[in-house]
Amino acid sequence: MIKTWAKTALGVAVAAAVGFGMVSTAEAKNERFMEMMSRGKLVVGVKADYKPWGFRDPSGKIVGMEVDMAQDVADALGVSLELVPVQSSNRMQFLQQGKIDLMIATMSDRSDRRKLVGIVDPNYYTSGTNIMARKGAVKSWEDLRGKPVCGKQGAFYNKITAQRYGVKIVAFVGNAEAKQALRDGKCIAWVYDDSSIGSDLASGDWDNFEMPLASEDDNPWGLAVPLEELDGIWGHFMSGMTYWWHSSGRLIELEKKWGIKPTAYLQHQADKFKFEHGHLK
Amino acid sequence: MFDLISGFFRDLYETTGWNFVIFYEQYEWDRFVDAIWVSLYLIVAALFFSVVVGIIGAWAQGSPIRALRLLMAGYIQFFRNTPPYVQLLFFFFVLGNLTPKVDMGGYYEPMISSFGWAVISLSFFAGAFNVEIFRAGIEAVPHSTREAAEALGYTRLQAYIHVILPLAFRVSLPALNNNLVNLVKTSTQAFAIAVPEMLYTLAQVWSDNSNVPEMMIILFIFYVGLVAILVFGMHKWEKNMRIPGYG
Repeated sequence: MIKTWAKTALGVAVAAAVGFGMVSTAEAKNERFMEMMSRGKLVVGVKADYKPWGFRDPSGKIVGMEVDMAQDVADALGVSLELVPVQSSNRMQFLQQGKIDLMIATMSDRSDRRKLVGIVDPNYYTSGTNIMARKGAVKSWEDLRGKPVCGKQGAFYNKITAQRYGVKIVAFVGNAEAKQALRDGKCIAWVYDDSSIGSDLASGDWDNFEMPLASEDDNPWGLAVPLEELDGIWGHFMSGMTYWWHSSGRLIELEKKWGIKPTAYLQHQADKFKFEHGHLK
Repeated sequence: MFDLISGFFRDLYETTGWNFVIFYEQYEWDRFVDAIWVSLYLIVAALFFSVVVGIIGAWAQGSPIRALRLLMAGYIQFFRNTPPYVQLLFFFFVLGNLTPKVDMGGYYEPMISSFGWAVISLSFFAGAFNVEIFRAGIEAVPHSTREAAEALGYTRLQAYIHVILPLAFRVSLPALNNNLVNLVKTSTQAFAIAVPEMLYTLAQVWSDNSNVPEMMIILFIFYVGLVAILVFGMHKWEKNMRIPGYG
């Protein structure tokens, strides 16, 4: 008798655990936001190997455009800022596990990711897929078919170029290794994000290389808060913050500061959301 | 196979959210199957060559030629004292640039691929340990047995092949077993030089599909299974080679 009861209870508990684990709760909570404000410190996950968005300066400090954005958020909230370096392959897990409160880590906004983390609207940036190759080596995307192309592990450019153009992706752990492999001639091109390649070319270290193709895809970038808090205070605050970044021209200013090729998207957003003081009269 | 299981796993995803994408999307399935083969080739090749390196190395270690002994000692120190991960990167990025390569227009086809470097690096890494394992076995062979072989007119090499190694091998098997199990697990580090083995492939899959827990489970099952097969085979071998009354 007791045995059957125990069995049933266990079954219910397992079913409940599975159910809770897989179904995201639609209810908005503010736990993380409250905890963050009471500890007086904002913990943001940023890249540390993605110049100029988030990278280490010669002294080892993490700096970059996204770091400046994180600082803006901390200043607006009146709390101190702690940066945690994240990788493409673990950034969403860090947010889910509560290791970071906010993620600004060059993440493309995609529907499957929206099921896992709270991607805040509007998007703060867009970029496209492009390649860096030796001057004159590649004329069109079709030239890449069947050839080895270096990529970064975890980047989604790998799969789309493999599927679209049948390239053989050779993916490395970090950007540095992948670009070294390109320099060594282990692959014909390095497929990545046009904004990152643009800043590499501008750095002067890649004189014999070029970005020869027209960018494909328009990947909007999303910053994210924990999924449960997207409809809470935290998500709404970050949404407002993003509107302010666009309308005030702050992102364009940062883009210029970090030497990123100006994107039409940011200009367009700034014009769209521009706050006319005339409205107040 | 794919058609048989794809329906079930697609349903599983739609009803419970468990996303085993490698079992219901053709593209991911092909990647997964390729990864199984690459992993198996890599592991079998590294296992084989590491044992060969161990046997030859143990023989060279007892050589009367001083230079050969010193060379072996240097080899063992170098490979045992550096992390296998660093060795892989060193082989691929440093030695890989010094080996001949063919210009393919925009890139070079190297003589030794990243897969080749992984086999070389892992074999030498595990081989360094195997040399010491076999040395322990050789030292366990009684001196009188060696003298008996000499008295029968065996040369050093002949005695090694026909008398000492067969006995030493039996003594070495448990320790060898351990080292080979380690080698199977170390093979995942080949992902650092873009060898499309299981960890490399599943890491790409979970980045593309945001299904880390599911792919982790597959990864664990894969390696638990592989090691189980290896250990089972080694134990069976150990049993079959047992000499009653010896050891």
